[in-house]
Amino acid sequence: MTIVNERKLTIARAMAEAMAQEMRIDPAVFVMGEDIAQLGGVFGNTRGLVDEFGKDRVRDTPISETGFISAAVGAAMDGMRPVVELMFVDFFGVCFDAIYNLMAKNIYFSGGHVTVPMVLMTSTGGGYSDAGQHSQCLYGSFAHLPGMKVVSPSNAYDAKGLMTAAIRDNSPVIFMFHKGLQGMGWLGTEAAANVHVPEDAYEVEIGKAAIAREGSDVTIVSIAMGVHHALKAAKVLEAEGISTEVVDLRSLVPLDRDTVRASVRKTGRLIVVDEDYHSYGVSGEIIATVCEAGDITLKAPPRRIAYPDVPIAYAHGMEQFCLPNPEKVAAAAREICRTAVPA
Amino acid sequence: MQPSKATLGWMYHNMVTSRKFETIIEKIYMEGKSPVFNMANGPIPGEMHLSNGQEPVAVGVCAHLKPEDIVTATHRPHHQAIAKGVDLNRMAAEIFGKATGLSGGRGGHMHLFDPAVNFACAGIIAQGMGPAVGAALSRKMQGKPGVAVAFIGEGAANQGAFHEAMNLAAVWKLPFICVIEDNAWGISVAKSAATPVKRNDVRAAAYGIPGHYVEGNDPWKIYDVAGQAIARARAGEGPTLIEVETYRLAGHFMGDAEGYRPKGEKDALFAKDPIPLMRKRLEADGTFTAAELTKMEAEAEVKVAAAIKFAREGAAPKPEDALTAVFA
Repeated sequence: MTIVNERKLTIARAMAEAMAQEMRIDPAVFVMGEDIAQLGGVFGNTRGLVDEFGKDRVRDTPISETGFISAAVGAAMDGMRPVVELMFVDFFGVCFDAIYNLMAKNIYFSGGHVTVPMVLMTSTGGGYSDAGQHSQCLYGSFAHLPGMKVVSPSNAYDAKGLMTAAIRDNSPVIFMFHKGLQGMGWLGTEAAANVHVPEDAYEVEIGKAAIAREGSDVTIVSIAMGVHHALKAAKVLEAEGISTEVVDLRSLVPLDRDTVRASVRKTGRLIVVDEDYHSYGVSGEIIATVCEAGDITLKAPPRRIAYPDVPIAYAHGMEQFCLPNPEKVAAAAREICRTAVPA
Repeated sequence: MQPSKATLGWMYHNMVTSRKFETIIEKIYMEGKSPVFNMANGPIPGEMHLSNGQEPVAVGVCAHLKPEDIVTATHRPHHQAIAKGVDLNRMAAEIFGKATGLSGGRGGHMHLFDPAVNFACAGIIAQGMGPAVGAALSRKMQGKPGVAVAFIGEGAANQGAFHEAMNLAAVWKLPFICVIEDNAWGISVAKSAATPVKRNDVRAAAYGIPGHYVEGNDPWKIYDVAGQAIARARAGEGPTLIEVETYRLAGHFMGDAEGYRPKGEKDALFAKDPIPLMRKRLEADGTFTAAELTKMEAEAEVKVAAAIKFAREGAAPKPEDALTAVFA
């Protein structure tokens, strides 16, 4: 449905708007990271904040991820609500102790007597030849480790609502935004991510998946960019008479297993699209979720379209060969819609 | 800056409390661990890092701190926790892994959290640096009183986290003090084999902040230097780096055979045990009478015995409670 004169935003603008609205009502909220003040964030998601809130609350940091992420943990435990940016998720290698040993464990180790209300926002995804230290998703790596909520929006509406919910949450939230959905032209942006975003503040519940498209023959479960691949494939499949349901997970932790199971219970077929690495990750978890339900009989073996277990190559052709895309998704759907599981 | 009589009494009492606490913990730790030493056995399982010998650092610094000030401690946290005023009963219970412990048995001795006095631990070397700097940032941004102290060991000064946190504290001029307890050993590796400078206070120059080295594990000198640094932080003049020469009278953890120590080192260290030395000095200079000091020791004994009783009598956590308190 198209609303006349509806206000469409990019994910980047939607994130910035959520932060600004929370900063207006809560003086404890502040933003810090590399190049997030005057530059507005390398991916545009803090643009304009420094003009309204100043350099104290919109704080450029030294290139010092261990320092400022662990500082955010200390500030959060002391009553602040930091929103911290790890510019590329790939950089977690230099600061993961602060993330998974401090941020993710201090609530537990205190027996729930301290809170760590912080958001770690970080960019994911490739497709623009930035090679394997600037193109990864690593969703599964974060989601695997307990103590952090993990969200990743596929569109601007969810981006604003999830960011608002994340800032208000008393537990740490990893907010993973896909570079290809940011609305930054230089990254080759996905136009369908720019959707209507209400001006008033609102929350999208963390841990609730969305049905991005209803269908009856096959369920495609995905997150972030993969949702767009699935939706594009669904259009093509529709013309071929295959009805596709697309589940946008939105959150990996908590994971909305009920919505996934309900969909597959209906369709009997499952494809998981995940730009993260193939093995030991989100795609395996979703398939296990369906198998463990016990009351779901699949009409065909489940499939996963994920990045192969290799580092991400620089050369365009090599990277594109490995990345999920709508064609791969559609091909998998055709296969499983005509394959029956042997009795 | 010289401690008052009352402060000296507080310092001595807390040093003795810490020592008596650890003496009992050491004994109970060995219950169920002989003839074969197995860390998993006994009423206190897991690793046990004792701080005996290092008490002067904790009391010399914490004598200047109020409950609202922040301390992050290390994997060797008992003396710092006691000096910061952490609830001793619940701390003991946590070490016993009881439901009545500070975190209901989820943390143990390396993860003591008492938000009532703004005390937190970090089990990994230099890990407490960043959170302390962040808490200092929080106070500065909120315009709320309070300074943050990160206690670390001399080995932690070689970690990247140390450098990053010092740099942040200095560039943002935060009310932060880094106190390095130089006990000369990173488990089995001597400071001289790990650190290219004799004293880590010289590293303060890299951050354009004051650095001090305190020799001799001397409570009076530590009190003086820490007091100046904390006053400076409270006045908004920024962070200070302090390294204190101290002695680890025990091994890195219990069960450590300490074969790496040069012959005679332990005897020499015990001859410099700071508690009898402080007692002698307090008595000699007339601050306290022998009877007064003995009374303080007896009071510490009672407090520790009560804490151990509280810990022993506490219920074990329900196993399924392991699944709770992951999120706020």
